[in-house]
Amino acid sequence: MKPSAFEYHLAASTNEAVDLLAEHEGDAKVIAGGQSLVPLLALRLARVDHLVDVNRLNDLGEISANGRLRIGALTRHRTAERSTLVRQHSPLLADALTYIGHTAIRNRGTLGGSLAHADPAAELPATLLALDGEVEVRSARGTRTIAAGDLFTGFLSTSLEPDELLTGLSVPLWKPGAGWSVQEFARRSGDFAISGALTVLSVGADGLIDEARIALIGVAPTAVRATLAEQALVGQHPAEALWSSVSDAAVADLEPPSDLHGSSAYRKKLTSTLVRRSLAEAASRIGAAA
Amino acid sequence: MNRHPVHVKINGVDRDGYVEARKTLVDFIREDLELTGTHVGCEHGVCGACTVLVDGQAVRSCLMFAVQAEGCEIRTIEGMAGPDGELHPLQAAFRDNHSFQCGFCTPGFMMTAASLLEEGPLSEDALRHELSGNLCRCTGYQSIVAGVMDAFERVSDSTGEGGR
Repeated sequence: MKPSAFEYHLAASTNEAVDLLAEHEGDAKVIAGGQSLVPLLALRLARVDHLVDVNRLNDLGEISANGRLRIGALTRHRTAERSTLVRQHSPLLADALTYIGHTAIRNRGTLGGSLAHADPAAELPATLLALDGEVEVRSARGTRTIAAGDLFTGFLSTSLEPDELLTGLSVPLWKPGAGWSVQEFARRSGDFAISGALTVLSVGADGLIDEARIALIGVAPTAVRATLAEQALVGQHPAEALWSSVSDAAVADLEPPSDLHGSSAYRKKLTSTLVRRSLAEAASRIGAAA
Repeated sequence: MNRHPVHVKINGVDRDGYVEARKTLVDFIREDLELTGTHVGCEHGVCGACTVLVDGQAVRSCLMFAVQAEGCEIRTIEGMAGPDGELHPLQAAFRDNHSFQCGFCTPGFMMTAASLLEEGPLSEDALRHELSGNLCRCTGYQSIVAGVMDAFERVSDSTGEGGR
């Protein structure tokens, strides 16, 4: 057995789960799909004293679209990826989901788990940022909402308190006619991307860009928005030349990490290319039905 | 260390175990249930060798704790052939297409393919994408793709004739 020993608690209800987290505050970790946590435990990069299993909390697996697209934290990637509600109300999210690992991973992995894990190279934290989404969290002390911009605080770190359980996420319903694109580069299908760009673009009645959102993955300790590039796009006419100039601006102030898979300079160049491609693809989808 | 009772239905047979929480499903299947057809490769979810079906869905059995499989139906490579030893269409197609060399990755490929077969035929491109979650260091994949494509045909032919 590779992981170090821990106490296992199967929560029968959300109340029980948050009570367990309160009781073992700081010594407990939540397990949902386990597709990131179990490898960390198996490699002993992480060890826990108490594991609180939330897999039987079926009330955290619902998807609805009343005013906002709301997805329960325990929804499996595969379920959300195939949901017509998700496709209709957030095509960027629907596309981003298909880039996560492989089918066997997405059959187990959950949306809440991916957000709480907060891997900077993962798709969902960047998607939530790009869409200005938020998460709902619950503890024995009550519930609160955390905006995407306040959620990711560092590498694999979030602003969730140790006794809080992420119970769901929500994003605004899709702006009709907005274009979108997910662009990633990985050496092998299903691997974490070396870097990536997720883009949403829309134009107003005057034909000028009225909204631009670009989130980048794999270039910083958390997923980040390319704010300067977004500002440079608004008010402009969509055009190839614009994508090139803005994609350079998008990475200008980044200092991506260097590792085995690519140097900092390489990541910067790659990310610029992916931003350019994502802008072109998003522009081509403006006005198309989601 | 606390142990937990686990009950699963594996390849149609009810089995019970009593496991430490940190025991992964694949170790439970191999060590406690003594079904060693499921192979352990990387043990952190990358290689796909340990893929089994849990409640009909392909999952990495190294990324699930045995205790989490309580009450689940599991299917492994041992559950593919008929009771009289008749090969499953996938097994026959793998044999006929030389879809394995050393055989280490084969149970994982077979179970991934079994889950695909349930959902109906795929284009070769889509199949290659789905199979990219399983690693093979011998074949170069061509013969595995050919084997699964062949199995798709065998199954649709047999259902066309009114039964498998």
